[in-house]
Amino acid sequence: MTPIHQPLLSARTLTHLYGHRVGCIDVDLDLYEGEVLAVVGESGSGKSTQLSLLSAQMEPTSGAVAYRMTDGVTRDLVALSQAERRFLMRTDWGFVHQDARDGLHMGVSAGGNVGERLMAVGWRHYGDIRAKASDWLGRVEIDESRIDDFPTQFSGGMRQRLQIAKTLVTQPRLVFMDEPTGGLDVSVQARLLDLLRGLVTDLGLAAVVVTHDLAVARLLSSRMMVMRGGRVIEHGLTDQLLDDPREPYTQLLVSSILQA
Amino acid sequence: MTAQPAYNFAYLDEQTKRMIRRAILKAIAIPGYQVPFASREMPMPYGWGTGGIQVTAAVLGPDDVLKVIDQGADDTTNAVSIRAFFVKTANVATTTRTTQATIIQTRHRIPETPLTASQILVYQVPIPEPLRFLEPRETETRRMHALADYGLMHVKLYEDISRHGHVATTYAYPVKVDGRYVTDPSPTPKFDNPKMSDCAALQLFGAGREKRIYAIPPHTKVVSLDFEDHPFERTRFDAPCGLCGATGIYLDEVVMDDAGTRLHVCSDTDHCMTRREAGFTGSEGAVAP
Ligand SMILES: [Zn+2]
Repeated sequence: MTPIHQPLLSARTLTHLYGHRVGCIDVDLDLYEGEVLAVVGESGSGKSTQLSLLSAQMEPTSGAVAYRMTDGVTRDLVALSQAERRFLMRTDWGFVHQDARDGLHMGVSAGGNVGERLMAVGWRHYGDIRAKASDWLGRVEIDESRIDDFPTQFSGGMRQRLQIAKTLVTQPRLVFMDEPTGGLDVSVQARLLDLLRGLVTDLGLAAVVVTHDLAVARLLSSRMMVMRGGRVIEHGLTDQLLDDPREPYTQLLVSSILQA
Repeated sequence: MTAQPAYNFAYLDEQTKRMIRRAILKAIAIPGYQVPFASREMPMPYGWGTGGIQVTAAVLGPDDVLKVIDQGADDTTNAVSIRAFFVKTANVATTTRTTQATIIQTRHRIPETPLTASQILVYQVPIPEPLRFLEPRETETRRMHALADYGLMHVKLYEDISRHGHVATTYAYPVKVDGRYVTDPSPTPKFDNPKMSDCAALQLFGAGREKRIYAIPPHTKVVSLDFEDHPFERTRFDAPCGLCGATGIYLDEVVMDDAGTRLHVCSDTDHCMTRREAGFTGSEGAVAP
């Protein structure tokens, strides 16, 4: 078996409890290279907890998450040192926050924000960093003349695109997205989703997208997982699941979006 | 040690000095690493360099000869007060001569005369954390140091270049000590950064308000952060010192008279005086006292 046929990220019986309150229970998943998984649910469903566990920002109460590192060796995330985990976050992983302010330095120019990850992994040529930042601004449809402007001067949609450029500049293999279009106007959302879809395809990214919005799941993901009360209640190919939901709860979610 | 029985030698009690010396030893063992210490109240405000004063008090012995400079001068209010403090509390000899001093406490400058292995340079530091300006959280800056995660430092330099065309930081220019810890030489002018590297003297840094001590042991490599295509450049001065004619040293601009006549003179007043006593003169050479 060649490494490519092994999952990039996998979770087994992933469980997290906040005291007696359930975060998520018994989540199993395998994510392969280039695959986008949507985790769908309402607030309190456990989808955010799951994202924090998968991205090693929290340790599970029980169960495990494994990741196939760039050297091909699959490692248990809990066993990684803090330095290894941080290096992953800086290079092979990306995180797109719902609020761009959580992913950007608001007092640093657009170019400096995009260049940060490059500098963190050792880029030391100003001209190269600037050229790369400029290239990435273009890829997320921000005019290159805005390279020295601050995120505070950007609209909400532009900020989100800047955050995406900042995240993707080191060509991560896996990106975690937390409600990436949340809080934006509907027209802005559509453009952003379109852009994300293009980038994910072009770069062959694997992604875990947490969303309450089935339209986001439909546009971005190939597989989806529906969560309720901390458990995965349905899991399958996105198109199939949306066309023919088995669980009454999923049927309700789907019908409510179709009516909307 | 009979000069002022009302005080313990050099003001601090022996237990406090031992605590500070332990912090200093740890700082020397881990060059550039900020060691927390229990900073004491000193009989002067924080802005007066209480961190440096505590470090000096902890390393000072009765046979030491103390020099204190503020900018490059021995005669400013701050330098005079600190010198007077140690004369009163430790009865040590003082000097303005760099070559005669065994301990030099400084607020900004490193003397122009190269230091020797028998000297200690003590810096008064206001803000010891070089990452503070971009990352206000102490827990996070500690983690960044622990993991040598220093991308943010270059972001600061990047921002400087994109805004000004060059690195505009002229004071507190960040350095990497012994290939490991990024350290703030604050508030020393970047002109002096190269003097920190491979220096024969022990360099100790004390931050009173922030309760940190760090050190650069003798002959440690100190590198100013930069980019390959924007290498670190020492500040250059076009004119020589107007009083002693020295070049390649750090100059201050002083206003000479009510008409606003300006003159560039050595910031290091001892360096200037020594040269003028040896017969060197600048364009205004006649004004030597
Ligand atoms: Zn001079």
